[in-house]
Parts: sequence; structure tokens; C-alpha cells
Amino acid sequence: MKSIQELEKMRQETLEKVNLRRDRKGTRIVVGMATCGISAGARPVLMALLEEVKKRGLEDVTVTQTGCIGVCRLEPMIEVYKEGEEKTTYVEVTAEKVKKILLDHIVNGKVVYEYTIGAYEK
Amino acid sequence: MELYRSHVLVCGGTGCTSSGCLKIVEKLGEELKKHELEKEVQVVKTGCFGLCEAGPIVIVYPEGAFYSRVKPEDVERIAEEHLLKGRIVTDLLFKDSVEADKIKSIEQVTFYKKQQRIALRNCGIINPESIEEYVAFDGYSALAKVLTEMKPEAVIDVLKRSGLRGRGGGGFPTGMKWEFTAKAQGDQKYVACNADEGDPGAFMDRSVLEGDPHAIVEAMAIAGYAIGADMGYVYIRAEYPIAVSRLQIAINDAKKHGLLGKNIFGTDFNFDLEIRLGAGAFVCGEETALINSIEGKRGMPRPRPPFPAHKGIWNKPTVLNNVETYANIPQIILKGAEWYSSIGTERSKGTKVFALGGKINNTGLVEIPMGTKLRDVIYEIGGGIPKGKAFKAVQTGGPSGGCIPADYLDTEIDYDNLISLGSMMGSGGMIVMDEDNCMVDIARFFLDFTVDESCGKCTPCREGTKRMLEILEEITNGRGTLEDIDKLEKLAKTIKSASLCGLGQTAPNPVLSTLKYFRHEYEAHVIHKKCPAGACQALLEYIVIADICKKCGICATKCPVGCIDGVKGKEVYFINQDRCIKCGACMGACPFKAIKKG
Amino acid sequence: MITLTINGLEVQVEEGTTILQAAKKIGIDIPTFCHDPRLVPHGSCRICVVEVEGARNLQASCTTPAAQGMKVTTESDVVVESRKGVLDLILANHPLDCLTCQKAGRCTLQDLCYRYDIKESSFEGERKEYEIDDSNPFYYSDQSKCILCGKCVYVCSQLQGTEAIGFAERGFTTHIATPFDKGLEHSTCVSCGNCVAVCPVGALVPKSKTKFRYWETKPVRTTCSYCGVGCQMDLLVKDNKIVEVLPADGPSNHGLLCVKGRFAYNFVGHPDRLKTPLIRKDGELVEASWDEAYDLIVSKVNEIKGEFGPDAIAGFSSARGLNEENYLMQKLMRGVIGTNNIDHCARL
Repeated sequence: MKSIQELEKMRQETLEKVNLRRDRKGTRIVVGMATCGISAGARPVLMALLEEVKKRGLEDVTVTQTGCIGVCRLEPMIEVYKEGEEKTTYVEVTAEKVKKILLDHIVNGKVVYEYTIGAYEK
Repeated sequence: MELYRSHVLVCGGTGCTSSGCLKIVEKLGEELKKHELEKEVQVVKTGCFGLCEAGPIVIVYPEGAFYSRVKPEDVERIAEEHLLKGRIVTDLLFKDSVEADKIKSIEQVTFYKKQQRIALRNCGIINPESIEEYVAFDGYSALAKVLTEMKPEAVIDVLKRSGLRGRGGGGFPTGMKWEFTAKAQGDQKYVACNADEGDPGAFMDRSVLEGDPHAIVEAMAIAGYAIGADMGYVYIRAEYPIAVSRLQIAINDAKKHGLLGKNIFGTDFNFDLEIRLGAGAFVCGEETALINSIEGKRGMPRPRPPFPAHKGIWNKPTVLNNVETYANIPQIILKGAEWYSSIGTERSKGTKVFALGGKINNTGLVEIPMGTKLRDVIYEIGGGIPKGKAFKAVQTGGPSGGCIPADYLDTEIDYDNLISLGSMMGSGGMIVMDEDNCMVDIARFFLDFTVDESCGKCTPCREGTKRMLEILEEITNGRGTLEDIDKLEKLAKTIKSASLCGLGQTAPNPVLSTLKYFRHEYEAHVIHKKCPAGACQALLEYIVIADICKKCGICATKCPVGCIDGVKGKEVYFINQDRCIKCGACMGACPFKAIKKG
Repeated sequence: MITLTINGLEVQVEEGTTILQAAKKIGIDIPTFCHDPRLVPHGSCRICVVEVEGARNLQASCTTPAAQGMKVTTESDVVVESRKGVLDLILANHPLDCLTCQKAGRCTLQDLCYRYDIKESSFEGERKEYEIDDSNPFYYSDQSKCILCGKCVYVCSQLQGTEAIGFAERGFTTHIATPFDKGLEHSTCVSCGNCVAVCPVGALVPKSKTKFRYWETKPVRTTCSYCGVGCQMDLLVKDNKIVEVLPADGPSNHGLLCVKGRFAYNFVGHPDRLKTPLIRKDGELVEASWDEAYDLIVSKVNEIKGEFGPDAIAGFSSARGLNEENYLMQKLMRGVIGTNNIDHCARL
């Protein structure tokens, strides 16, 4: 290693990959991955999330899974926990919707109301 | 390296390896494949998590679910329920990590709550065989900082101000040691690492090397820069195969990435590192014997002075530190001397890793700030004594240390307090003893160890420890006299004051400290020919309680030496003590509990 | 220069001097087993411990450097207790056969037990038992008597450079051994006997043809006549007969000898030894005077030189002669006889 920049580059590259072991601060995106979720297509959603997070280099975002969130008819569902915000629940998520959610909500801090459970209920 | 949504950390330390973690890793691989999760879930084999009692341990992030005593057949459920469906398998979790059906984060588990992990910070968190992961957790930043921003004197100054003292047992201020070596005249200097951990039951150095080998590589390079050395040796015992292989991988990777070798970080600093394997002699943990061994000579200590700082390896100035000492150094450089010296007591700064063992619920590895009370370590972190037995003593410092009785449980752990109690910090073994442990027998056990491990060079240690052991054996066999106790004490003092190296000088400590606090137990052995703890077999007696005996004769049929006499149905049975071999078979066989041990 | 106090006496020594050396300088005797000024200090036996004010433990005087202002006591109660303790321990593992031991009278252990009133060991227990190795033609090795001071090993490796012996096993069972314990016969031992000379006890003793006690002998300092090195040695003489040779500290040998000087002295009193020149007369060797012998040599040399010339004569000189003698020999050949035919056994 010939410079600190090289070291820093390696650090940054690896950090996002091991970050979820470090602490539980930052944003957590939880995908419902029970039988209901999976059969409704949660897996492509999860993969899309991982893909997007990586593409955008979102260091403090953790993508994780959980069991049945309880509203099986609205699966696939994802929940977003952002620091200082109420939990946001998105329903009937698709890989396409993921891109928008990530860009608007996670990156720009604007909740995508039309995808949320609140909007659906109305 | 791919991005994964979940990381499954499997402890790959020696403890968990021997309790079967490799099978678990294998099974996890199969299960992930079965559920097509290979791209989402990463399995990482890490270093020791510390709670060896509960091994094999598997931690699943991001939830931080702490599965303990995992068996290969449990893996299927963890994979299907937790990894696939996201439902934590609560019944497999470490019991203390679950509270009202909620998982506590690892930091909240009592075992970890009072701990502060500096030396062990990466153990159980990173993949020790990945230089990238070490770098991600700030690895090599301290070396970068030192090489590009600090003068060697400034590095030594930080260490001196941090108050870091040698973690191998002696407690010599590390900064001063570096300063002596830096100032010593020599065309060539060396950095050496003592990884010849030999105290029975101590395994903190092994855990650091297995869990975070790059920390040692980095710290040694820092030492090289500070003292002006371009070569280092890690002396590690061959009985630590996992540690050896991970350290070798770390050295190779560091070389590959130019973190060892020539012109590190583009500066004119060069540093190379080699491993030297020890053959398992305890005395080779003594610094001068270690140096002899590195040079290919018989592992026997040399007189000091000259100290290694002036004449070490090949008679060149050498700085020699213990693994745990090195493991602290990158953090001290990054976070500063003030941060480090804010932890601990006035004269003992920072944290110390202890290997907790013996009669304690949570055996394992703990890192606590200096100044933590013995009571907290034993009762809170260690979870107390199993089966509700009474605490008797805690042995610290291994064969060089002593036994501390219950009266001193509120002592704050630091170098000086332990020495004033007749024990010592040592490398950090902490063995808890309960009412069933005979203190004379404990002293005998440690002397047995030193007799085996004495190198044979100097008279007091070679001849004296043997005679001490013989006297202790006489006492535990019921043949000791009161004069023997005096003789033992006198001999202990001669060995302590006249021996050549630390091994001999401290070898009598287990005897001296037990004599100091448990003399009554010695006296019970020689005067009443009784072992109060009931541990010394030769002093036991099995006796038939006449009032309870139903004259059934079962005991007599079970006795392997036929030493029980009586007439079935007519006579109370009687055990002939001179023929009894104290096997206890009769006691176990008696259906009426009519045989007692005393 | 630094100044220290030993037993209340001030002494000035150069930096790097050990306490032992400093004490010696003012005539204070500190006992030692393992010390030898020619060896790298190793501090094995611990009999030379002394009390140094302010030090945590007793200090081995043979390895501890003197320091400015140091206050040393060499025979305080603590020191004497410790020495007694060490002797007690050594004796617990050493046969008390001084009555028949060859080393009696020249044994440091015997002397120190006498000095510190140790009659017998207070310890009972395991003792080491080894068979005597008598496979070397010149000395016995009895490891049962060895006190493991290590001097034999270090003399062999550091001074003699042979490394025939070393330490085997550890702790209580440590003993001096040849490689794989195969015995001296199968080792690289060159029988120089320098280990025998430094052994403080009866573990290494010469195979002696005569029975004698050391106090019956008188040392006679001489120069070894085997070669021109000029090793100094003491012939131990009893009743006008040499019974043993001990190396002495000379400028060229520093207390070392080789197998010849150390052990090959029996020729001195041997009945077959030549005491006068012999001249063959009528096929028989007959004793002659030195004058007769020289006359014969001179006449023979002249005869040959006259008939065949000087180059028919050659001189061969011996390493047993001194440098001066060898010089004279070649001068005789070149200047008197007139030939360059002169050679010397050391060249071969």
C-alpha cells in the first residue's frame, strides 16, 4: 500500500459490506419474508433493494428481513425505519417501486405516500 | 465481496472448533444452498466471542441474534426459520439474551454488559482471514497515521502517556520499554511478540491471534517504526494451529497489500515479520528464554541485565511485548493516550482480558476495565458459582499467581492490588474455586505444573520445586507433619528470592498464598489427617452408619477389593479402612444412604 | 569508574564489572559453582547470591553489574540462609560418598557444605540415578553426582568449540548428555578433558592409575612439552610421581589443555622410557653417553656430505621443540650443513 488514499478506498469498499455488524444506527429496511411474503414476490423485492443500496453506495442503510408483518393480503410489504421518523410501511411493493422508494424516501427523505399502507387503506 | 442482507457469524476460535463449529459452517452452507440464500446471506467464520461456555456460538446480523450451544441439527431450523423467513428461533438463543420475548442486543447480555472490548474489539466481529474486513474496521489506519503524521518519539510519547503496561504479566510500562529500545545503540533492532501463552487455562492471546491477527501485525509495525527496527518475530506455540495459520495468512495478505515490506505507505519505512514456532515449553514465555529459543538455542533464561532492550535477539536491541499488549496499541494511536488513560485505575490503565474458568457458570473470555471488582467479574459477568455452592477463592496469574479468598472479593482488579494480595495479574487466567476445592490440592496442582515446566537451569527452581511438590504430596496423602509446613514455607522463600527467572521466582506463589489465607486447611491435613473440602482421596473415609444400615449386603457385593465385611440380614456392615481404595462404589450402591464420606 | 560498597568497604571499579569481580578486588570471597570468568555469565547455580540494598530479590553476584552507590552485603543472614537452602537442595540429590569419592579435597560442594555447616540434606525424596559412563578412555562421567552448574557444557561449546555435550530433558530430570544419550564413546568428544578440569564436583573425574588424595599432592607448574604452543600446566606430584595434570592459566592456553597435555603423562615414569641415547652396536641397541651420540652424528653427517654433497641430507624438525629450537635447526641445516632440505612436522 503506497498511500493512505488506497487504504481509505479499501476501507470504504468493505465498510458497506460489513456495516450491518457494526451497529444498528441509520436506516433499516425490513422485508416481510414469511411464507405469505415470499409467495407474493418478496424475494425479487429484497434482491432489488440490495441491488439499489449497493448501486447508490448507501452506507448507513441496512436491508433485513422479518417474518409475517400481519397483513398478508398486502404483501410484499417493506418497513422503513429511519432515525427520527415514524416507521413507514409500504405495501404491494415491486422491484420497480423499490427504486422510487429508495430514491425519494431513503435518499431524499420524501415518503412515497401512494405506496404506503395508509394510502392503500384509503 | 458481495453485499449481503444478513451475516451469520460462526465462532471459529479453538474452543468452538473443538465443540464442533466446523460442522455447523458446513451445514449452513448446505442449508443456504437448499434455500437459495447464498447470495443474500454470508457465513463468516470469526475469532472467539469469549463466551466459550456457550459454544458453538452463532450470531446472526443485523438482528444480533445470539445462538448458543448450536448443534448441527439446529442449523436446519435457523436457516429455514430465521434466515429464510425472518423468525428468530428463540429457544436456541443464549438464555440471557432473551427478555420478555425480545432479543437484547449483545451488548446488553450480562456477560458482555460490564465488559469493554479494546483488545478483543474485532474478535467475533470480523472475518480474521480477510484483510479487507480488518481495514473496514479502521485497521491499519493507526499505522498510516504513525508513518505519515508522527515522529517515532511522538509514538512512544503517546504510549507513555496512555499508561499501557505489559499484559504478559509483568506489567512493565510499555512506553518505557519502547523508549529504552529506541535509545539503545545498535545497527539492527528487532520487534518481537510473545505469543507463547502457557498458563493453564489462559487463552486470551490465542483468541486475539485467531480473531484479529492483523491487529498484531499492525502494532508490531508501529513498534518497528517507533524503535527503529525493520524486522519482527512472532514467537507462537505450535499447539495453536488455528492462530498460526490465521497469523500467517494475515502476514501474507499484509505483504501482498504492501502493509509489510518496503516503503510502507510510500514512506522510507520498511518492516517485515516472521513467525517462529515454539515447541510448548512454558519457560519459553519468559522473555530471555524466548529469545534463546528464537535464536535456535535451548529454551533457558539468560540473566538480566542485560535486558532485551539492550541485548535481545542475536544480542541486538529488541522490544518484546505480549499479544494482548500489542492488540491495544492501534486503538491507543487512533483514539489517543487520554482516551486510554481515562479507563482503569490510577496505576493500571485500560482493560485486561481474563480467561474465566473453574467453578463458574459462564466460563470464557472477558475484557474488563481495570478497577472492576473481582466480585463483579465472578458474580455478574461470570454468572456466579454453579449448583449454588459457596465461593472459596479465585486464583489469578496461573502458576505464578496466588489464591484470593472471599474476604477480598471487593478488591479492584489492577496490577498492584493483586500483587499486594500475594497473587498477580499474570497473563490473565482466573480460576474460580468453590467449597469442594482443597487449597492444598490446588497448590499441589500448580507445583506439579511448575516441576514439569522448570527448565532445569538454576538450582532453586529445578531442585526446590520438586521438593515442594514432594512435601505437598505427603500432606495431601496424609503423611505430612507440622514441620513439613514450616519447611515448605522456608523453601518457598528461598526459591522466590534466589531463582534466576520469573518462573522460579513466582513458582512458590500458589503455596505461599494458600498458606497465607488457608493455613487451617494445611493444618487439618497434617494434624487431623482430614481434607476439609473432601478432595484429597487418601484422607477420605467411607463409613457405614450403623443406625441406617439395613444389613442388605449390597455394598459388600459392589466393593471391588472386598474390604466390606458383615453378615447379610444379621450384622451391620463394616468397611476395612486399610484395604479400602476409596472408590466410592459402596456409597453409590447403598439403597438406604447408609454410607457416608468423611 | 563507579564506586560501590561491599560489606561496608568502598570499592572503585570500571563500569560493567560484576559484583563478584568487585568483591574479589578487595579480597571478599563469594562462593561460586557455575562461574568461570572465561565463559558468558549464565547465573545457574545461585550460590553466589548477595543482598543488594533496595533490590526485590537476592542478586546473583556473578551476573549483576556493579552500580554507582550500590550497597552489597555478601554474608548477611538472608544470604547465608539462601546459600544453605541451595546447598540443602543440591545435597538432596547428590550421593554422600565423600569417603570414597576421588574428588574429595578438590570438591567445591564439599568445601561449601563445610563452610556453611550443612551435614546432610533435610529433604527426602526422589534422587536421580544414572549409570556411570566409562566409555571415554580418559575420564568417567557420573551424572548422579552432577549439580548441573553447566560449566562442562559451556567450556566444551564456548572455549573448546567441540559441542560434544549439552543439556538433555528438563526440570528435575535435566542432565548432561551426549546427543541422544548415546554415551561419550559415540560423541564428538576429543577427550581434551577441559570439562573434567572445570567440574566443581565428582561428576567428571579422570581415570587415574594411582590412588591418591589431592591433599597429598604438590603442584609443579610447567610448560607442556608436547608442542610449541606453550600451554601452562600443573603436574600434581605425589611421592615424586605425577598422578594428574591440571591445566593452569597461561598466556597461550588460558586454563585449557588438549588430550595429550591433560592425560598423556604416564610416559614420564614409564620403565620403557628412553633415558640416554642408544647406539646400535653389532645389531644391538646399547646405551651411550650424549658425547658419544653427538660424535657419531657429526661423523656420519660429514661422511655423507663428503661423499654425496649437502643435499643428500635433510632435517626434520619437531613441534615439540620451541620456536627458538626450530629456528636453530633450520639455521644448522642451511648455514652449517648447507642444504635447504629442512621441514617441520607442523606443516603436515
